[in-house]
Amino acid sequence: MTNITSFHLDVLKEIGNIGAAHAATALSGLLNTKIDMRVPAVEMVSFEEMVERGGGVEQVVAGTYLQIDGDAEGGMFFILPIEQANRFIRRLIQDERFDLQKQNNLELGVSAMQELGNILSGSYLSALSDFTGLKIYPTPPALSVDMFGAIISFGLIELSQVSDHVIVIDTSIFEETMTEAEQVNGHFFLLPNPESFKAIFKALGVS
Amino acid sequence: MIIGSQSVVKVGIAQMDIVKAPSTIRTSGLGSCVGVVVYDQSKGIAGLIHIMLPDSKVAKSGTMNIAKFADTGIPALIEALKKAGASSYKLKAKIAGGAQMFQFTSSNDTMRIGPRNVEAVIEQLRKYMIPVLAQDTGGNSGRTIEFNPETGLLNIRTVNQGVKDL
Repeated sequence: MTNITSFHLDVLKEIGNIGAAHAATALSGLLNTKIDMRVPAVEMVSFEEMVERGGGVEQVVAGTYLQIDGDAEGGMFFILPIEQANRFIRRLIQDERFDLQKQNNLELGVSAMQELGNILSGSYLSALSDFTGLKIYPTPPALSVDMFGAIISFGLIELSQVSDHVIVIDTSIFEETMTEAEQVNGHFFLLPNPESFKAIFKALGVS
Repeated sequence: MIIGSQSVVKVGIAQMDIVKAPSTIRTSGLGSCVGVVVYDQSKGIAGLIHIMLPDSKVAKSGTMNIAKFADTGIPALIEALKKAGASSYKLKAKIAGGAQMFQFTSSNDTMRIGPRNVEAVIEQLRKYMIPVLAQDTGGNSGRTIEFNPETGLLNIRTVNQGVKDL
């Protein structure tokens, strides 16, 4: 990972762009609302910096996680702050009282959240696969509602065996209709395994 | 300024630190990681380490962070405690974490990392004959813990199951 330059990071930004754009379109169709995305951030960060992203270690979030196998390997998270997750689920299941942290209608809501994570991560990754020509196979996503740090650190386990840093491709999406102050970001975190960068760069014609 | 020297020392992921009473020591967002507190209450000294992996043998890179692994981190923590004035025969431990944050149908080694971290921590503490006085491990909730070396109490906070002292 030492010979990755800022040019390489820019190339990875394109992955975040294409992936999140497709996911945003999918979400927009699901909820019948305008979803916008920010310019992706691609950075090499320490584990400590990683767990502080997106609102901090202790922020309660709904996180779906899946592992990627195939030509490129790694982990992928779709993280929503709990209020935003509740808002999306309420619209999907048409139950205004739904709350992920309460017991009412939990099974339906959890399955809606899982499906949401599935669809969004799936459109992100299939766009990535089309763009790079790499064959990637995601595992079915799993959902957890808990502290951000506790959730995201699970995705660092595999990486931590070979490194103390991680390259994160971080793209956030938000509802366009909301004011700047109300905007709660959903984050896609793509965390490729260190060995996978070679394959990704090769597929994109970058050495 | 009576409470001027009282502060909370924060320990990040794959890090460790030592604290003396009346200060407390804390680590946030433990998922499959394990927070290990080793302390000498009579001297009011406590050390906390936030462990990610059971065994440093998996490390493939040259320079490594010893606080990341149970087998290298716990000996280092004990050494640091002794240097800070703790008596090795008085050391006790309290541990928390090692949850399984995601339920997957497949069960490879990474999925079981929480329980494996807990086992490795307990094995290391046994090696140094340090009794584990309290343990809140496993389950599927993230934890934030804070230890007070003066009272010897470990405060554990979870999102879904509230707060408790061990």
